[in-house]
Amino acid sequence: MFRKLFGAAFAAGIIAGLLITGVQQVTTTPLILHAEEYENGGHDHAAASRSDYIIIQTKVFSTLPEKLILAHSSSGTAGHDHADDEGQDHDDHAWAPEDGLERTLYTVGANIAMGIAFALMLTAAFAVHGGEMDGRRGILWAMGGFAMFTLGPNLGLPPEVPGSMAAELGARQMWWLGCAAATGIGLCLMVFGRKISLVVLGILILIAPHVIGAPQPETIGGSVPPELAGHFAAASIVVAAVFWAMLGWLSGTFYKRFEA
Amino acid sequence: MKTRNKTTTADQAYLANRTQTLAAALAAAVFGSFLFLAVGFAHSATVHNATHDARHAFALPCH
Repeated sequence: MFRKLFGAAFAAGIIAGLLITGVQQVTTTPLILHAEEYENGGHDHAAASRSDYIIIQTKVFSTLPEKLILAHSSSGTAGHDHADDEGQDHDDHAWAPEDGLERTLYTVGANIAMGIAFALMLTAAFAVHGGEMDGRRGILWAMGGFAMFTLGPNLGLPPEVPGSMAAELGARQMWWLGCAAATGIGLCLMVFGRKISLVVLGILILIAPHVIGAPQPETIGGSVPPELAGHFAAASIVVAAVFWAMLGWLSGTFYKRFEA
Repeated sequence: MKTRNKTTTADQAYLANRTQTLAAALAAAVFGSFLFLAVGFAHSATVHNATHDARHAFALPCH
């Protein structure tokens, strides 16, 4: 049983992680790199943000912006490294991958790890639920994962481009995790609850984090043009939907094929 | 479980099988959660820089 769950999850996670990296390269990654140009002060913010935005849209389908610095804006929060406009690290001189191939390879690794992590949660859910499993059923489960890890948290904390303003990191992470957990528990109660009272309880748990409210920054107005931030928010949610659909189908298919 | 009184060995086999399944599921869920937290939430600057673009793409709180 261990081999079935872990084998299916690793196979699905590796493939989905590789595939989604390709999707990201032509959707979210160019937007992240472009936003970092604003974050690093490389643009004249007062002028031409609209024309820059048009340029990035064409860049998305041609080639990646070449020279960019992995850096964090001062509008962010404390706790980790910040790079200045020359791309040199302050405080802890933290290592960062070189832009280009090295940075992409680390992103591939992170995507694969994320894919394996989510796939493990999916195969665990398959096993606890029992019953037949295949790719199509896997997609249904994955839509739950998409709701839990993308839709729910993003309602309170929209996807951030580098340079966008936000509340303190730790508070946002706590709210994000709490919201994901509440969404997952709420959905399970709504789907599997046999009584109306359980369904109502599920709805209440699901909306509770949003009633409490996500931590928001005291002021808004980051360095990144709103058109770019909006485009990134939409793109990342679409990419997440594609990722979860692939991961669900792959997890369900491998789960069915792998021996217990 | 329906034939509890008649087939205790089958019952035991089912229970053993189910226990093994739940243990594997627990292990997968725990390992998956830790992996997710390490990749998506660890505050280490090195981990953060390595996973930076993936964190943004998955719309996790990053900066």
